[in-house]
Amino acid sequence: MALLDGGQRLHLQHGPIDLVIGADAACEADRRAALAAAAARFDGLLEGLVTELDRHRTRLAPDTALPRDPVARRMYAAARPFCRDRFLTPMIAVAGAVADTILHAMRDAVPLRRAYVNNGGDIAVHLAGGQEFAVMMARHDGHPLGRVRFGSGSGIGGIATSGTHGRSLSLGIADSVTVVAADAARADVAATLIANAVDLPGHPGIERAPARRLRPDSDLGDMPVVTLVPPLDHAHRAKALAAGHSVAAMLEAEGHILGAALFLQGESALTGGATRHFSPLGEVEHA
Amino acid sequence: MVDKSRVRPEKIRCDACPVLCYIAEGASGACDRYANHKGKLVRLDPLTIIEKTIESGEKTVPFLKGTEGTDWDGTLLRDSRSFVTAVGAGTTYPDYKPAPFIVSQTVDGADMVTVVTEGIFSYCGVKVKIDTDRFIGHERADVRRDGESVGHVMTSEYGSRMLSLGGVEHLTGGSKKEGRVTCDTLLKLCNGEAVELSVDEGATVVVQAGKPPIINGVEERLMRVGCGSATIGMFASQWVGHVDEVIVVDDHITGVLSEHQAGKMLDVPPTGIRINGRRSTPGRYFRVAEAGRGWGGTDIEDPLTILQRVDSAVAWPGLRLLMVSTTGEQYAYFELDEALEPRPAPIPEALQASVDLIAENCEPSLCSVLFMGGAGGSLRAGVTKNPVKLTHSVKASLTHVSCGGANAYVWPGGGITVMANVLDIPTNSFGYVPTPALVAPIEFTMRLSDYVALGGHIECVRPIEEAISDDVRRVNQIDPDADPVNKNNFRWEKDG
Repeated sequence: MALLDGGQRLHLQHGPIDLVIGADAACEADRRAALAAAAARFDGLLEGLVTELDRHRTRLAPDTALPRDPVARRMYAAARPFCRDRFLTPMIAVAGAVADTILHAMRDAVPLRRAYVNNGGDIAVHLAGGQEFAVMMARHDGHPLGRVRFGSGSGIGGIATSGTHGRSLSLGIADSVTVVAADAARADVAATLIANAVDLPGHPGIERAPARRLRPDSDLGDMPVVTLVPPLDHAHRAKALAAGHSVAAMLEAEGHILGAALFLQGESALTGGATRHFSPLGEVEHA
Repeated sequence: MVDKSRVRPEKIRCDACPVLCYIAEGASGACDRYANHKGKLVRLDPLTIIEKTIESGEKTVPFLKGTEGTDWDGTLLRDSRSFVTAVGAGTTYPDYKPAPFIVSQTVDGADMVTVVTEGIFSYCGVKVKIDTDRFIGHERADVRRDGESVGHVMTSEYGSRMLSLGGVEHLTGGSKKEGRVTCDTLLKLCNGEAVELSVDEGATVVVQAGKPPIINGVEERLMRVGCGSATIGMFASQWVGHVDEVIVVDDHITGVLSEHQAGKMLDVPPTGIRINGRRSTPGRYFRVAEAGRGWGGTDIEDPLTILQRVDSAVAWPGLRLLMVSTTGEQYAYFELDEALEPRPAPIPEALQASVDLIAENCEPSLCSVLFMGGAGGSLRAGVTKNPVKLTHSVKASLTHVSCGGANAYVWPGGGITVMANVLDIPTNSFGYVPTPALVAPIEFTMRLSDYVALGGHIECVRPIEEAISDDVRRVNQIDPDADPVNKNNFRWEKDG
């Protein structure tokens, strides 16, 4: 546990969980109390999550019983709407669910104007009336892709990003897909599903490998995860982005998400909701 | 083609955290902190211990475990003492709680305490010494990486160009990208990696600690033995009798033997050979050409371009002229023809030997990287409840400061501002936080009694054996002179 920037942000880390947390409150004492609440909730969180880790790594079905651990329950709830017609495990929501859990602990402790819990790019956000939140989207090498900005009335409580350069394995070829949703767990699930859908099945230049070969205990088993995407021409990029966009648009129409921005090799696609909150940088600025 | 999944060595189970990842050979776990290296679980940023082997007739080996050998007066010659460095110790920034490791050990009968922490330095940078006289850029010019300003050219030292990189203005005072690129540049340099830098209106330089600089794509080999004038002074006596005139070409001061004081002393007659540039004192010329990557750090490719018309009243046909650069890397030998024009001729053996001697006297050109940072109040709070007392203790030489076990130069004046050679620090000792700021190891070593006196976190002191578990990384001592717990580091009152 460490405070960054002279106490402005709190850093919590245990095993694979790496959180950067910020809070604004009416007074410094409240702000400190919120960070203390985050640290207190973090204590033992990973232990709770791993008690049934094997279960969390197996395919989720509509009738799978809920686990006891509260973080895991968020994972199951966020993933369940999508499990009927595709293989997925509750682990799809783990990063977002952890962020949501910590954010709720902070909100329960004290009234907060603004707060966020950033779990490696999956961010749970709380905004009181009149507050705004803005975050830059960047490529894995730090190159800026654009900005996400929203206010307290937007209904957005989570941002998540998924793609071939993230820490998780991806079935698709998107550089990154950033999603805003009511909470981080839902954004996390949707970002993964959309990133998986940005794909060119059968394209000879795209290299894939069984997930298990890269990560022996991956919940994806032998599913082919993308290991290399060659430079693609405009037509192929557009085709892959369109495939992802149709999934994103459907998730938005069904009310699962509030917007998505998809990026692939310098090109991007936005859903209708995203146009209100996202300002991607134009092609010109890539030069 | 072989199916790699079949020949892959077995995976291992990591028990560093409750996730208990299975990790394949060559891969890291879900956290990216632990990895499988040839079937062994390794921490990618482990706590690092320096093991010093002392050779001495008086030292003993521990006889009973845990007694430091004090129960044994045998004659075995080797003793091994460990020093816990801050590398991999972690940090508790801003240190409202005690530093991660506060360890005690007995050294020569004194109870010593070492407080070990990885400090987060927003005020830090590196000073880079590049052994070259070649022009790399004007003093104060911006030094860039990926287009971002990460530092500047500072005052040249003898035979070396100097850069000051990093610092708080670049890390957090500029744009986010400037901060990120600066942090990455410092991190790479401190961890001994190569970095390509470009100087505004200057050269592109690849810098790597302990390696020759690569300037505009060409690897530098040698430092000059001295300026042109100094070279004349050093070698004049070897030339007399073998040659009539010698011009030592140098970017700073070009020397002309017959006009030079050293030539006069040896009765070398005037030759009528005249060169470009501004005469400073006899036989010493500034600015015979522009700075560049040719002869002696100038832009000279053809040495004859710096010659003016010879004075026909003084010069004579057959006059022997040697031109050589200050590193001996470039040289040419001429003889004047009937029209007093210099004509290339085979160099006599004695002159070749003197040229070789100049080259031999040039040291290898290297880049040196010194980390420099200031231990802020909060870092000091991890050591003591009253941070200023640590400063006083350091100034009084009661507390010794080291960086990753390496000797650190502590600047006079206020605060604890230190400099250390990154090559004396175990590899990959530096990290960063997204602030951006550098994470660097720093250790404070003192007597237990002095630690008590400065208000240390005494309740957290534990014996060194407890810190040294099986998964620590053990490195041999790098700088043989660095020994943070040696009593010579301290100005204790003589207490017999």
